[in-house]
Amino acid sequence: MIARRLALPLRYAAVIALTLFFIFPVYWLFIISFKTPEEIFHYPPVWYPKSIQFANYHVLFKDGDAFTVWNSLVLASISTFLAMMLGTMCAYSLARFKTGGENLAVWIISQRLMPPIAIIFPIFLLYVWLAWVDTYHGLIILYTAFSLPYVIWMMRGYIEEVPLELEESALVDGCTRWEVLWKVVFPMVRTGLFATAVFTFVFAWNDFIFALVLTRTEVTTYTVQVTHYFGGQSNFWAKIAAMSVLGTVPIFVVVATMQRFLVRGISMGAVKG
Amino acid sequence: MTSETVDRVLDTPVRKHRMPDRNFRLWLVFPAILLLLLVGLFPLVYSLVISFQNLTMTDQDTSFHGLMNYAQLFRDHRLWQAILHTLLITAVALPLELVLGLLMAQLLLDNMPGRQLFIALIVLPTIISPIVAGATWRLMFDQRYGPVNQIISWLTGHQQVLLWTVNPKLVYPAIFICEIWQWTPFMFLILLAALSHVDRSLLEAAELDGARFPRIFFKIVLPAIWPVMAIAILIRGIDLFRIFDVIWALTGGGPGTMTETISIYTYVQGFQQFESSYTAAIAFLIVALMSVVVTWAIRRMGFAR
Repeated sequence: MIARRLALPLRYAAVIALTLFFIFPVYWLFIISFKTPEEIFHYPPVWYPKSIQFANYHVLFKDGDAFTVWNSLVLASISTFLAMMLGTMCAYSLARFKTGGENLAVWIISQRLMPPIAIIFPIFLLYVWLAWVDTYHGLIILYTAFSLPYVIWMMRGYIEEVPLELEESALVDGCTRWEVLWKVVFPMVRTGLFATAVFTFVFAWNDFIFALVLTRTEVTTYTVQVTHYFGGQSNFWAKIAAMSVLGTVPIFVVVATMQRFLVRGISMGAVKG
Repeated sequence: MTSETVDRVLDTPVRKHRMPDRNFRLWLVFPAILLLLLVGLFPLVYSLVISFQNLTMTDQDTSFHGLMNYAQLFRDHRLWQAILHTLLITAVALPLELVLGLLMAQLLLDNMPGRQLFIALIVLPTIISPIVAGATWRLMFDQRYGPVNQIISWLTGHQQVLLWTVNPKLVYPAIFICEIWQWTPFMFLILLAALSHVDRSLLEAAELDGARFPRIFFKIVLPAIWPVMAIAILIRGIDLFRIFDVIWALTGGGPGTMTETISIYTYVQGFQQFESSYTAAIAFLIVALMSVVVTWAIRRMGFAR
């Protein structure tokens, strides 16, 4: 409505200015990772590098720091898979049989909204006792558990859209309930599964606080690794930028391929897309 | 789905009984609930237990000390400062993100050539890890080699050396800029979807009747997008209340404890000062407070339908 009152050139000027504001820091992060130390610490700042060079990335791979991206990938992939499996099963029960009623549903979604800092401290003490600190399974279990409310919430919405008649006829045809779930419901909510999986993956991939507390050296994620380069002296700029780009590019690729699910995913189903 | 149809499905005869049908729905929820108890119930109970003790990382004395730690909560000036900082950030960033996001959504609501590309580019910051967003702005805000001071120098015409992450007057604006940069696109995307679902014929009819823009907006548009907007506000409000990553990357809570939020302070108590029992008391306080607020908000907003 506002837009229709503005002339098109004016609209374009506003949109381009906004886009620049949101895109410029990303551009700056990327070009720092390609700059030579002389260009990074040049005054006034160099707005675009004279040549693209990969020395900053080379160092990360040589020192093994790039391995933290692999850790992020392992943790995010496995926990996403588990959360999708268990969450969808639970969502099916909630959607079809109203298991636990509204109270269970509200309790589950309220867990999504808990501050991680409040749960991480008791979990840390538990993990110390179990010797699970700095292990893959420790973080995978935690990420899975923390993603579950979101998965259950989203999948419940998708499953409720599946027509009941399909399931009934499958039952009449002699399928067991598990077969109905596997062969009828899962395929029907396939797009919903993928969309929810993307956001579950992004959550685990972008997590910092759980990894900060529960990793030491073995399963350090890329987010924790980036903060290892913070320090009094600023000569780690190239590493901060290159490590950040290594962790950011995969997520851009994942989201770009799943763009049409974006809105429903981030609005937790409030907007049906 | 009516309860009749549910009964119909439950009563449908099943020939191959591999699993008792009656327990099927419980088997489905069992593994998920078990894991949820790990993050939902265990921390609450365990925090409560050790908050009555006097544990530190070195002192493993498990005798009970009553409400000692809770009494300390009320005397802890730094804790209340941290809560105040958190509320300040939420109170400033949330309305700004909402209004900016709404304006941007209005601006990009109508079709224009290149619209999809602009939307895709604007949304990028929201996907980036908050810790990377903080790191990026740390590089942007550098007093000498960062572009922010350079741009300000051009605009003002003389050289500016602003210490964004150190100067007490500038740390909060720096945090706000970073937060708004990362999360306005989130608001924008949700509100854009909500706005595009508003019935256009209604707006046109109102315009033909001579209704002015503010009236149309408050009488037609806002009520239509409110259910979605309420959820966006709830999600962002809760995210802002637990803000940690961006501050960790930008200021580390400094200068001094000036930008320490409740999450940062709890981390410092638990993992740097090793005050186990006291941290548990803080954690329990947060969980208890949030449980009340969140449950109220969910029911109030009809989140659970």
